[in-house]
Amino acid sequence: MNGTASPHLVDLSASPTRALNQALHALGPDTNETLWRVVRPDGRHAIAVGIDAPITVEIDGHVGYYCAGMNKRARVIVNGNAGPGVAENMMSGTVHVRGDASQAAGATGRGGLLLIDGNASARCGISMKGIDIVVKGGVGHMSAFMAQAGTLIVLGDAGESLGDSVYEARLYVRGAVASLGADCVAKTMSDHHRAKLRARLDAAGISGVDVGEFRRYGSARRLYHFHVDNALAY
Amino acid sequence: MCGIVGLFLKDAALEREFGALFAGMLGVLSDRGPDSAGFAIYGRGELDAVKLTIRPPRGTDLAALARALEPAAGGVVEARRRGSHAVLVVPATREQAVLAALAARTPPVALVSRGRRMEVYKEVGRPTEVTESFGLERMAGSHGIGHTRMATESAVTTEGAHPFSTGRDQCLVHNGSLSNHNAVRRELRRAGIAFETENDTEVAAGYLSWRMGQGASLAEALQGAVGDLDGFYTFVVGTESGFGVLRDPIACKPAVMAETDRYVAFGTEYRALAALPGIEAARVWEPEPGRVYLWERAA
Repeated sequence: MNGTASPHLVDLSASPTRALNQALHALGPDTNETLWRVVRPDGRHAIAVGIDAPITVEIDGHVGYYCAGMNKRARVIVNGNAGPGVAENMMSGTVHVRGDASQAAGATGRGGLLLIDGNASARCGISMKGIDIVVKGGVGHMSAFMAQAGTLIVLGDAGESLGDSVYEARLYVRGAVASLGADCVAKTMSDHHRAKLRARLDAAGISGVDVGEFRRYGSARRLYHFHVDNALAY
Repeated sequence: MCGIVGLFLKDAALEREFGALFAGMLGVLSDRGPDSAGFAIYGRGELDAVKLTIRPPRGTDLAALARALEPAAGGVVEARRRGSHAVLVVPATREQAVLAALAARTPPVALVSRGRRMEVYKEVGRPTEVTESFGLERMAGSHGIGHTRMATESAVTTEGAHPFSTGRDQCLVHNGSLSNHNAVRRELRRAGIAFETENDTEVAAGYLSWRMGQGASLAEALQGAVGDLDGFYTFVVGTESGFGVLRDPIACKPAVMAETDRYVAFGTEYRALAALPGIEAARVWEPEPGRVYLWERAA
């Protein structure tokens, strides 16, 4: 039997990604095979996608597209950089990227926590629907585009057009924001918001950060409804 | 799709391995561009000679062709066959005369590139087969750029494969598609730039050559492209002394770079860089959109 003490070791230079993913998909909800270590990812795509089990998968090296996509309940750790679409459409669990993440990190995510120790590039949290994303560095342009629900917390700076066409997601940025997108505005920070932000930073294991340094951004809600002045356009 | 790679060596001790490293990088990106592939490689050059990379008609007797060019070249022409291409080495002062002699032949001999150090090879087919047919693995060089193509804007032909070269020791590979290439091509034709295909990337190469012909530096020419070329692009540009990288302002196409004490490398995906020596300790990052990156060596 494989107990939790000795993790499964998977060398992706020796066996295909598909075999790893199929083994992870075969795990039941009460599996005791809870520790997996993946080596030599070498930028391969779709590593550890579609997991639905309370396990930990630690990946040593840089990963390609869509790592840990659709994740449910698992904790996936990337000891390196992640390519486009890391944790795309995550449902629950935790994905932790110890390096940088490329475009569209956490896109359409519905739940769970995506923690990025480095920077995330363009379109971080695009169309997010309930996920919590915490980026210790900065995020690129068009982050939180059409973000519907959830929280994007950025300890560094944000690129151009932050929160364009944002719905009800909450955006907190500690550094500079290059520009805000359409219908995204700065909002007041109340004690209620500071407490929520503190709780999320705690959940991400981040201490020593003053929540008073953050600004909150969200929807001005001007794009929600048809404006009667536009009726003559039809 | 499409895949592009670039490798610029800082450590001359790696130059003999250049072809093997570079062929590996291109091969990994076969699935991003299975139609055709090409590469530019910068080897050692002689001060007073120029290398003409040509694609002679199938069945051409290369030795006879070299002899026929002797009057134009003013002496013996060194000719080396490389797959479907060949490299002619001629005195720099005779370059125009040899080019005229090549153009006057029936059937015509296609010129692929000209340069003191640059040789360009491209062909239709799986990238691994293309690089093998040219013997890239055994080539030495200081830097190079390469491309695997999945065609969108023009036909799958050898002429439509990248890199595109429109100037001496200058070439360009492109991942993306330009939307205003027809208008820009018309303007550049009026300005005297010649085009051989309907390909969008050739327009970008012509644009950069035109800007540099007017006195702009490579960095200035690339910066100008941000305003004048519309569409999606990641460009990697090769020059005699180095290479440059530019992504469109919305970063539509992926790109990743790595740097160590021994080299700077570019890849559409990290997979292409994963087999480079010492990559585990390299600084790996994503180039920022709309920003010009340049690496140069003393010429």
